[in-house]
Amino acid sequence: MFDSLTGKLGEIFERLRKRAALTPADVDEALREVRLALLEADVALPVVKDFIAKTREKAVGQEVLRSVTPGQMVIKIVHDELVRTLGGRVGSGGSEAEAGDIDLAAVPPVVILMVGLQGSGKTTTTAKLGLRLRQRDRKKVLMASLDVQRPAAQEQLAVLGQQAEVKTLPIVAGQPPVDIAKRAVMAARLEGCDVLLLDTAGRLAIDDALMAEVAAVRDATNPHETLLVADAMTGQDAVNVARGFNEKVGLTGIVLTRVDGDARGGAALSMRAVTGRPIKLIGVGEKLDALEPFHPDRIAGRILGMGDVVGLVEKAAETIEREDAEKLAKKAQKGQFDMDDLVSQLRQLRRMGGLGSMLGMLPGIGQMQKQIAAAKIDESLLRRQEAIVMSMTKAERRNVKLLNASRRRRIASGSGTSVQDVNRLVKQFEDMTRMMKQMGKLGQKGLMRHGLPGLGLGRPR
Amino acid sequence: MSGTESSGGGWLKRLAAGLKRSSSRLSEGVSGILTKRRLDAAALAELEELLIAADLGPATAHELAQRIAKDRFDKDVGEREVREALAQEIAAILAPAARALAPDPARKPHVVLVVGVNGSGKTTTIGKLAKLHRDEGRRVMLVAGDTFRAAAVEQLKIWGARTGAPVVAGAPNADAAGLAFSALEQARRDGADLLLIDTAGRLHNKADLMAQLQKMIRVLAKVDASAPHSVVLVLDAGIGQNALQQVEAFKEMVNVTGLVVTKLDGTARGGVLVALARRFGLPVHAIGVGEGADDLRPFDATQFARALLGLAE
Repeated sequence: MFDSLTGKLGEIFERLRKRAALTPADVDEALREVRLALLEADVALPVVKDFIAKTREKAVGQEVLRSVTPGQMVIKIVHDELVRTLGGRVGSGGSEAEAGDIDLAAVPPVVILMVGLQGSGKTTTTAKLGLRLRQRDRKKVLMASLDVQRPAAQEQLAVLGQQAEVKTLPIVAGQPPVDIAKRAVMAARLEGCDVLLLDTAGRLAIDDALMAEVAAVRDATNPHETLLVADAMTGQDAVNVARGFNEKVGLTGIVLTRVDGDARGGAALSMRAVTGRPIKLIGVGEKLDALEPFHPDRIAGRILGMGDVVGLVEKAAETIEREDAEKLAKKAQKGQFDMDDLVSQLRQLRRMGGLGSMLGMLPGIGQMQKQIAAAKIDESLLRRQEAIVMSMTKAERRNVKLLNASRRRRIASGSGTSVQDVNRLVKQFEDMTRMMKQMGKLGQKGLMRHGLPGLGLGRPR
Repeated sequence: MSGTESSGGGWLKRLAAGLKRSSSRLSEGVSGILTKRRLDAAALAELEELLIAADLGPATAHELAQRIAKDRFDKDVGEREVREALAQEIAAILAPAARALAPDPARKPHVVLVVGVNGSGKTTTIGKLAKLHRDEGRRVMLVAGDTFRAAAVEQLKIWGARTGAPVVAGAPNADAAGLAFSALEQARRDGADLLLIDTAGRLHNKADLMAQLQKMIRVLAKVDASAPHSVVLVLDAGIGQNALQQVEAFKEMVNVTGLVVTKLDGTARGGVLVALARRFGLPVHAIGVGEGADDLRPFDATQFARALLGLAE
């Protein structure tokens, strides 16, 4: 989401890099651009001012190390200040998420209260968190929706609970929020739950009646965590929202949603700075497992075009099943790699978020990502190739040699592509299998290291 | 959810009240800067920052501040004068955008596709639109095209019951395009005047989800080559400059014909509307100022600009 800001700062520092020495005027020029970029990224004005002042203070009079250019020096200062503002620790490797995750160190059932504006993603985030606590932390979780405002909100959580295999409190029509909350605590206690997640109705921080209601819920349930769920696209209002909720309900953390969008996400900086509360988790997709810890320095790194390499490696490790990879390697070695295997490869690529999202994590690739987006070769190509294979019969998938002209025509019309597309895929596939056989002789390590060549996708140069 | 209030003059008050928080801060700020002061460079910079803080965006804010300064620079100016002038400038930018959603009576039905990112308020807006057009005597039919989000169908059904508009729904995770197709056929048979199609929320940078919307449009065109007659993008007033990217993407992919801006009853100032109007010139059909069925109102540029600057009584 911070990509556009990355581009902006990249340009500025590109210019700075070319100079031999950094004059005070250079610092000012850079910071003017940084200020503008931050404002366009929706960082709230007071936070921007504060940030610029601090950065200038640090940049001016700073001794430029001999081994780096002045531009690099400014980048480092801005980066460190960004990390610090986002709540990270600077220096000593400093890669760990700050006190990061949800704090469960309390007498069970640990109550977690979710609050936020309408449409910020509370219900989805509650279910995501429920799933995460159940799977990752092996906790017994109960979820309850106190949203009696929005039609069918309670049903929504119930359905999501089924999907996440997390229990939800049975719905009693007409019960007011505080009563539902009390009933939820009782139920969680009786059923021996470790964690109770309370989803609330969306409300405005200036709606005194509804804020009093959520405060009453808080007093009745004594939550250990109160999380503000906020949209990464939020504009200048982020400060009002964060401050309002913090003052009236008291927050322990923030969950930022829709980080998979292309908003520059200045709200993250704003809310962190205004409340002093950590951003604990980020929502990165519509699926229930798309909830990740927030890493200040990684995101600051992305802002500055340094790329999120750690994130890429982690994502790869998470998505690619080791066993699958080994099985595939064996098949390939024996020359048994078939079209079905190709499809599973394509799907794996897609599961990793497609080329676009992977490239976004690589350093210095922001510009290229734009070109790729412009060329639209990312997801659609993978999908089209998958469609072609899916339009083949089982026999054809096992044995490409069956594919005569008439079959290829059928496959093309079945997959909505052209015969040329089909030919290209078959050619790629044949190249791949040939290469695999050769590599099989080199040993399977070669394959694991080089991945599958010949897909004709990336060639990022 | 009262859904029964319906005084014609009441909405102005409601809008003013809704915008009060945002406007009071902005207007206090303006008074603070300019009560008895020379409009110099520093004052101008502060004025610009006030506009930025209202989400007008740095570029628009700069331009507006410059325009205000044109005839007044280095003169002593009253705070009221500056506010009036700002309101006029903003109203002038917004005026062409104030066009209500007017269903074409020749169409049976006039098909409206409602799109937007997740959580922007599409379903609620459809509920309110249904109320509005039912009150004007139209036969309205709703399509629960959000087959992805859990309980979205139930949510729309409740709005259908509230407003007396039939709701066409399919199975969860059903193909939304197929649903839209059969709904349009049914609406034709039933002689509906207005068909409001809900869609699943989607981020504008997800190419595959946007392609699904395009498919819906292609499929609708099979029943009626001119459908959809309107594509309404619902925008949350709380979003900042990303609104520009959103409008751009939705406009390019599904040819958006108008906007509805929601949640203007909070502290969000909706200033991004000014930037949007300058760049895209799309009609703003209505604004949402609350959760009730009546809390959707036509967009009035002058009222909006004056309310934003604390000049509406």
